[in-house]
Amino acid sequence: MEIVNYFKAKTVEEAYKKLQEDPSNLIIGGGAWLRLSSKTVNTAIDLEYVGLNQIKETENSIEIDAYVTLREVEKNEALSNLFSGIVNKGISGIMGVALRNLVTVGGSVVGKYSFSDFITPLLAVNTEVVLYKAGRMSLEDFLKLRTKEKDILLKIIIQKEEVLGYYYKMKKTGLDFAVVNVGVTNTLGHLKIVVGARPSLAAFAVKAMDYVNNQETVTDEVIEETANIAINELKFSTNSKASKEYRIELAKVYIRRGLKEVTK
Amino acid sequence: MKIYIEVNGQKKVYDVAPDEYLLDTLREDNFYSIKRGCDNSSCGVCTVLMDGKAVQSCTLLSVKADGHKITTIEGYQDEAKKLSEHFGHQGADQCGYCNSSLALTVHAMKDEIVKPTNKDIKEYLVGNLCRCTGYEAQHRAIKLCLEDDE
Repeated sequence: MEIVNYFKAKTVEEAYKKLQEDPSNLIIGGGAWLRLSSKTVNTAIDLEYVGLNQIKETENSIEIDAYVTLREVEKNEALSNLFSGIVNKGISGIMGVALRNLVTVGGSVVGKYSFSDFITPLLAVNTEVVLYKAGRMSLEDFLKLRTKEKDILLKIIIQKEEVLGYYYKMKKTGLDFAVVNVGVTNTLGHLKIVVGARPSLAAFAVKAMDYVNNQETVTDEVIEETANIAINELKFSTNSKASKEYRIELAKVYIRRGLKEVTK
Repeated sequence: MKIYIEVNGQKKVYDVAPDEYLLDTLREDNFYSIKRGCDNSSCGVCTVLMDGKAVQSCTLLSVKADGHKITTIEGYQDEAKKLSEHFGHQGADQCGYCNSSLALTVHAMKDEIVKPTNKDIKEYLVGNLCRCTGYEAQHRAIKLCLEDDE
């Protein structure tokens, strides 16, 4: 990426104004993807001094500012004690510590990366995002949002709920992207299934969730049928990492394992 | 643009381009212990410490280091010497290209984790690639070095 100017904002308002000045202006997160982009950016906007770098635990939620690094989230004790630790687990599989010390929550969420090992577990638990202009919305709605309006992510809010969680990232080598990743949660009997890196962005298996949540008991047969519904409703494709067929087989296995894990 | 960085305790002023990476800035200033490897944050040989935390300088814009403390292996000579002796005795040292980044990562780990377990060491060193040794000898050397500190 070619960057013509660099702007260190002191307030979110200042950053927002600068962001609107030129269509190519953008907010810089940790910068992990800069090398792999051939874009030219007029002004890169840095939020380091804006004060978006805290993790706050309230009675009902954990609020994580956009400029907190993934390593800080990974090490957060409160979060590791929630949801069977699946958010922390998802992060710990992303490259090495030296990269996770740079990568920010904002960059990872706003980037809406299809292979993300952060978005899949976040979606499987109850996560909301707070944007400077668009305000508060569910992570699911944010991921579906298609708008040309540029906004700034201020923080994500994760509800502290009683959740049993399962997360698995299938990768071919230690530092590779996911071939497929699966998050399954059980919130007081309500099951959620998320599949990411299909290779498209993580999404709920809505029909499968409807089916399994309407069953009186989750038997092996129900699990099998749920996994079948999920792989039929979600779109899987082929890319350089894996074929569509391979991804479907993997997703089915991990959905089954996830459902077994969170319902045992 | 001008940036102010403390490198190994020494105050430095650099005139950098907005899209210049810290690896290039420091190597141009003769810090050759920081190696260029994959140049896309995969191999870890460009690791330096920023405010005590391991970061990959091939990925970090120099402007993002403005106002921060950077440490290269030159800033930890004594400690690096101890680790390199263990590396030598354990056969963990062949071409040496990854050694300085590995030593810095071990230093960051010691600061972050009290009495790291085998699992901690293995997890912390993910992303520090070595194409010579196969990691077992390095792991032994790091453990011995940690035992020396106890």
